Amino acid sequence: MISADLDTILPEIILSVYAMGALLLAVYTSKDRMAGTLTWTTGGLFLVLALWIGFAGQGTTTAFGGMIVDDAYARFAKVVILASAAAVLVMGESYMARRDLLRFEYPILIALAVVGMMIMVSAGDLMALYMGLELQSLALYVVAALRRDSAKSTEAGLKYFVLGALSSGLLLYGASLTYGYAGTTLFSGIIEATSDGVSLGLLFGLVFLIAGFAFKVSAAPFHMWTPDVYEGAPTPVTAFFATAPKMAAMGLFARVVHDAFGGTVGDWQQIVAFLAVISMFLGGIAAIGQTDIKRLMAYSSIAHMGFALMGLAAGTAFGVQAMLIYMTIYIAMNIGTFAFILTMEKDGRPVTDIAALNMYSRVEPGKALAMLVLLFSLAGVPPMLGFFGKLYVLRAAVDGGLAWLAVLGVLASVIGAFYYLRIVYYMYFGTPTEDALDRNASPVLWSLLMGSAVVMVVGIVNLFGVEPIAQAAARALAG
Amino acid sequence: MIGLEHYLSVAAALFVIGIFGLFLNRKNVIILLMSIELMLLAVNINFVAFSSFLQDMVGQVFTLFVLTVAAAEAAIGLAILVCFFRNRGTIDVEDVNVMKG
Repeated sequence: MISADLDTILPEIILSVYAMGALLLAVYTSKDRMAGTLTWTTGGLFLVLALWIGFAGQGTTTAFGGMIVDDAYARFAKVVILASAAAVLVMGESYMARRDLLRFEYPILIALAVVGMMIMVSAGDLMALYMGLELQSLALYVVAALRRDSAKSTEAGLKYFVLGALSSGLLLYGASLTYGYAGTTLFSGIIEATSDGVSLGLLFGLVFLIAGFAFKVSAAPFHMWTPDVYEGAPTPVTAFFATAPKMAAMGLFARVVHDAFGGTVGDWQQIVAFLAVISMFLGGIAAIGQTDIKRLMAYSSIAHMGFALMGLAAGTAFGVQAMLIYMTIYIAMNIGTFAFILTMEKDGRPVTDIAALNMYSRVEPGKALAMLVLLFSLAGVPPMLGFFGKLYVLRAAVDGGLAWLAVLGVLASVIGAFYYLRIVYYMYFGTPTEDALDRNASPVLWSLLMGSAVVMVVGIVNLFGVEPIAQAAARALAG
Repeated sequence: MIGLEHYLSVAAALFVIGIFGLFLNRKNVIILLMSIELMLLAVNINFVAFSSFLQDMVGQVFTLFVLTVAAAEAAIGLAILVCFFRNRGTIDVEDVNVMKG
């Protein structure tokens, strides 16, 4: 029994043992001098685990009396989380080393956060959900304040901590009400308890749970921490925030609403649709006035979460599939975009002002072109991959009987296109400035940027076969 | 006779006080940490009350997990606050304002 249970969570065990071992090793030997090696080892381990989970995983198994579920859905989310975490970790290495930021704690904290995310997406019980979520959040609070001597970074950490703790509190209150009125914390038990309708107590529990999740995915109106944390945290950390944790939180969101409340779609559909509309419009409109590219990416991620929630709001298996495809594409785009932002520097100092990109196409035509492709893709301009992601969620919303939501989604994406195209305008038709950005290209950043841009163009042929895998994953979750 | 609803009312009241403490407090970040703790403890009352009412141990186990996590959370919060204080020399909520928008 117990060995079968442990087998199911073997990847998580390996990763946590690795993190603790690496911590001991680094503390007792060379401390920060090991940081570079540790970063690459951790990234490599993420990649190995992603390949292992992706290729070896079969069927659906539950462990620890249903507390942990390992199914196609969990595996899909885990592969995306691990692969994106590996890319982002490796991407930030040289940036952090040059600014004396590369401490050995960084890869270890990221590894622990990833363990938390893996638990989140395969949780089958409110307790496992909470522990996974907190493991992720506690590691991320520290990472946000990684630059200990910077007022901005510590302020970002403080804001993230206070609002993150508030959201955990809301989520936990919802969990307690759900436990009380369903009589169990197991998702399989909750869905049985809701088979003949949701009682008022359970409905309150559900609303609090969703409010907690909305904080974690940074959906409006619970988004207020996002711009400040994105701006204040060191750029590699911001890149991390924009990718893996988003997938984990969205995966958890879908897991709970389908596994625990899948019998009563009507009760949560309206809330999720509301969150989607507010996020899409707020993300699109508030980004227009931004001058800092990291802040702009924060509003962009809020808008993108709105689109992903639109797929979820459909309440169908196809909706989950659309959400998974959208999140995968979103993460691929964001890795490339942040690789570009990491290369933005002048005289060796990082620059995040959008105005610095004026006539960037003259400085580095290749990178400007790659960024153009990525920005078009983020805006959802056909024929880039981002357009197909939007197409999936719009189709899911229409199929799910939410045509009004799809119409609002199209409107919001038109508004959102403005600020992406404004960056393109700066890069190609802006006023020439004398103090242009440095020409530099660390090979890792360059290849991730170019790779991501190529994916956005080549992927339209068959989405690299992600579609059938996402379909199988969505079926495992929502039947 | 004190029943389930009394416990739930106390927990709900404490939880709301915690949320108000978080949003209305303009003085000191330490008070934010106390408000967060109050919210988590209100949830614990809920769990224990339900656990007793349902004659089910799961709620009490959950409470132990929540207590552990709350302790870790307070430690991390204070550590970040110490870093913040070293940089800014203040822990007033009104001074947490380098970034706006």
